[in-house]
Amino acid sequence: MTDYAIDERELDATWSPGRGIIGWLSETGHKEIGMRYIVTAMCFFALAGIEAALIRLQLSRPDNTILGPDAYNQIFTMHGTTMMFLFAVPVMEGMGIYLVPLMVGTRNVAFPRLNAFGYYMYLFGGIFIYTMFALGAGADAGWFAYVPLSGPMFAPGKRVDTWANMITFTEVSALVVAVEISVTAFKQRAPGMSLNRIPLFVWAMIVTSFMILFAMPAVMLDTGFLALDRLVATQFFNQSEGGDALLYQHLFWFFGHPEVYIIFIPALGFISAIITTFTGRKPFGYPVMVSSLVFTGFMAFGLWVHHMFATGLPQLGQSFFTAASMMITIPTGVQIFCWIASISLGRLVIRTPVLYVIGFFAVFIIGGLSGVMVASVPLDFQLHDTFFVVAHLHYVLIGGALFPLFGAFHYWFPKWTGRMYSERMGQWAFWLLLIGFNLTFFPMHILGLNGMPRRIYTYGPHMGWTTLNQVASGGAVFIVLSVVCMLANFAISRRRGALAGSNPWNADSLEWATSSPPPSYNFLHLPVVAGPNPIWDAEPDPPVVVGMATGHREVLITKTLDAEVDHREEIPGHSLGPFYLAIAATIALWGAIFFAWWFTIGLCLSGIVLIFWFWPAREQVEVDMLREREEATP
Amino acid sequence: MNGFQSAMHPAGVQASELHHLWNIFLCVSIVVYGITLAAVLIAVRRSHRRTEPLADAPSERRATIAVAIGAGMTFVTVLALLVASVATGRTVGTLGRLGTAHLEIDVTGHQWWWEVTYPNSEPDKSIRTANEIHIPVGKPVELRLATRDVIHSLWIPNLHGKRDLIPGRVNKFWIEADRPGVYRGQCAEFCGLQHANMALTVIAESQDAYDRWLEHQRTAAPEPVTDAQRRGRQAFLSLPCVNCHAITGIDAYATAGPDLTHIASRSTLAAGTLINNKGSLSGWVVNPQALKPGSNMPANEMTPQQLNDLVAYLESLQ
Repeated sequence: MTDYAIDERELDATWSPGRGIIGWLSETGHKEIGMRYIVTAMCFFALAGIEAALIRLQLSRPDNTILGPDAYNQIFTMHGTTMMFLFAVPVMEGMGIYLVPLMVGTRNVAFPRLNAFGYYMYLFGGIFIYTMFALGAGADAGWFAYVPLSGPMFAPGKRVDTWANMITFTEVSALVVAVEISVTAFKQRAPGMSLNRIPLFVWAMIVTSFMILFAMPAVMLDTGFLALDRLVATQFFNQSEGGDALLYQHLFWFFGHPEVYIIFIPALGFISAIITTFTGRKPFGYPVMVSSLVFTGFMAFGLWVHHMFATGLPQLGQSFFTAASMMITIPTGVQIFCWIASISLGRLVIRTPVLYVIGFFAVFIIGGLSGVMVASVPLDFQLHDTFFVVAHLHYVLIGGALFPLFGAFHYWFPKWTGRMYSERMGQWAFWLLLIGFNLTFFPMHILGLNGMPRRIYTYGPHMGWTTLNQVASGGAVFIVLSVVCMLANFAISRRRGALAGSNPWNADSLEWATSSPPPSYNFLHLPVVAGPNPIWDAEPDPPVVVGMATGHREVLITKTLDAEVDHREEIPGHSLGPFYLAIAATIALWGAIFFAWWFTIGLCLSGIVLIFWFWPAREQVEVDMLREREEATP
Repeated sequence: MNGFQSAMHPAGVQASELHHLWNIFLCVSIVVYGITLAAVLIAVRRSHRRTEPLADAPSERRATIAVAIGAGMTFVTVLALLVASVATGRTVGTLGRLGTAHLEIDVTGHQWWWEVTYPNSEPDKSIRTANEIHIPVGKPVELRLATRDVIHSLWIPNLHGKRDLIPGRVNKFWIEADRPGVYRGQCAEFCGLQHANMALTVIAESQDAYDRWLEHQRTAAPEPVTDAQRRGRQAFLSLPCVNCHAITGIDAYATAGPDLTHIASRSTLAAGTLINNKGSLSGWVVNPQALKPGSNMPANEMTPQQLNDLVAYLESLQ
């Protein structure tokens, strides 16, 4: 047996997941956790899609009675909440958790157990809100749940409590991912991958992570205050007790606007990866692209008031936020120009992922331009809270995030499964989505301008909104068909597709330098990077890192700036701790909406679980001591 | 599309300014979209057909210049739009404030109807009505917006954009109709179960017509003429109606619901939910929950005789 084969066997024994249900629950590998995020998020996407279909059904006729106001309000709230908190953000996080360690050439994320904990928090938060929804306590105050409508006075019952605490679950999970990705990307890069050689997708995830770190605490505070107002009668938002209803909006949008970019920036990363690969050339204007991402990340925190122009703020303040909102088009515009230059200078191979990128240009730019319109204070007076805004936000989020995401699914499908998807079905799904999307959402611009406010469950026949609503509802059918076609393609190709090999697209980044699907330890030997496009820039027979331990979970730590080798670090392996801790936290947050003491009980349980989590295993201690003694002997 | 609730059919000076700005933004957007998408498609076509190896250094340099020009043009375009937007914002913000002769109207949001008050320094001359605003054409009107419960947003697109009604605050804004007409407005901020049925009518009319209307609204409710109307008034006072509604001239002073002194002069019922006629009024009085589920008006049990009398009385309140 060769040395390589022995290494391979040992690495596999060290890193591969445990068996059975216990093994599944104690898994901490980043690919497994990342894929769980993606699959779970797609399940929530399907649920939110069904809700969207019901909305369109209800609005397809004037004076329709398929849904009453109560059901409609729950359904549109659940649609928005699910899409924002349980689909869009988590799916991007899942893509990052799966791809970033592979792209930077390491074996796992920095804190694998914390990572697993983040996933379970997300999962339990989603189960929590959907269980309550099924029990008739679905949130019904809209996905931004303005007070006082969501306050104790006007929203009795448990509906808004459920919503507010669900936010806490998903935000904990998002913070966890942000920590994982930023530390992994800064400290665990392959030797030679200095900051100016990091793939653009990884840069996008770094910027996203920092935005999460600053934005999410604002919304946790906000929904925490709301939950306290409701559960223990604090008066943060009650103006008659010295609170303020607008404070809620400020805190919410201080998170809510960056949230859009938290969803959108990873998608910019997908586009850069896809364009680089399919044009076969290094990304045009790499430094400009990176600075644009960073600039967008900063600017995103200066725009929140443009969601509140109609509240009647002073003129000067409004002008500042108009200027900031319009200026953020510049970094995005620059990136779009750079991509066009990349395409123009390269040799483009058109495959499904590239179609989705072209779809992104066609759709997102409309959303960007309508965004400039709503950024203008006077225009926003007319457009705010109408179907124009519904159209705008779907053009931005579907065009800017969903098209690139679906492109990314096709692009990395061979890496995930080891097999190729069907190109024909992929292209069918794309065209169905492009047509269906525009049929559904373009008419909404016109509806909004012609007086249709958002979130109304019915309208009269004399309003003249019937025809365009019917077009929109009809378009939704195409979207459903498209998603079904894409998922069927993946389900079939997963088993029957042609074998992909390690690098079917002749791509440049490190995830393509290992087999498809990647082994549990990612790379037999950690790669050494010689340029910004590691695979293309590699010499024949490139150098690799040797001497890493194979018998325990070891990762290589490198310096933040130029990725010089620093030291080897052992990271923890499987554990049931994260799962138990998430259960304890769920008891605290779920119980608290019924009885405040459950929070204390859950907190105590969390303490006990944390002791279990950090309790050193006897065999591990023996191994560690043995190793220390070995290292001490000269 | 009908023009009575539309930002595209301005009928007031503010809405005209906004519509003008909208046209500028729309034209610029169409041009920008056309250029950018054309650039994408040309690049894709060129790149897809390329047979020779990747582009050489001179074309890289040309691309850099093109990207720089694109970025510069984006900046200039955005700056121009910003200037147009701020200028319109200032104009719209100062309209009305310049003139001295103007009208003040208080609008208070309720779940789910609009209380409209025309204040007067002599309290007995101030009037209260609901879901209907009358304004004289060509006169600036200052609306003072408040809410009794949750956040609402007043939006009369033919006259102006929207402004929120926020607890604990009074938001002011100005409208001015420049031609007579009947315009519809609707609550734009999600406010609960019946957010969809919270509309109001704005009637812009000549100063004379407006003065006549105002004078009429100041009068007390007309005395019943027929026996049915008399019995109806008695029914109103003995049934739960009087717990929430006021009628000037009789012992009904409650303010939880709309003032009914001149209910028959209004064109709609239940904040634009129903057309005001005998049939819908009867249905509404007996079972509002069937017509506007979740509304704060309860179902009322009464005999058919009482219902007929009550409706006869209410219909007489011109």
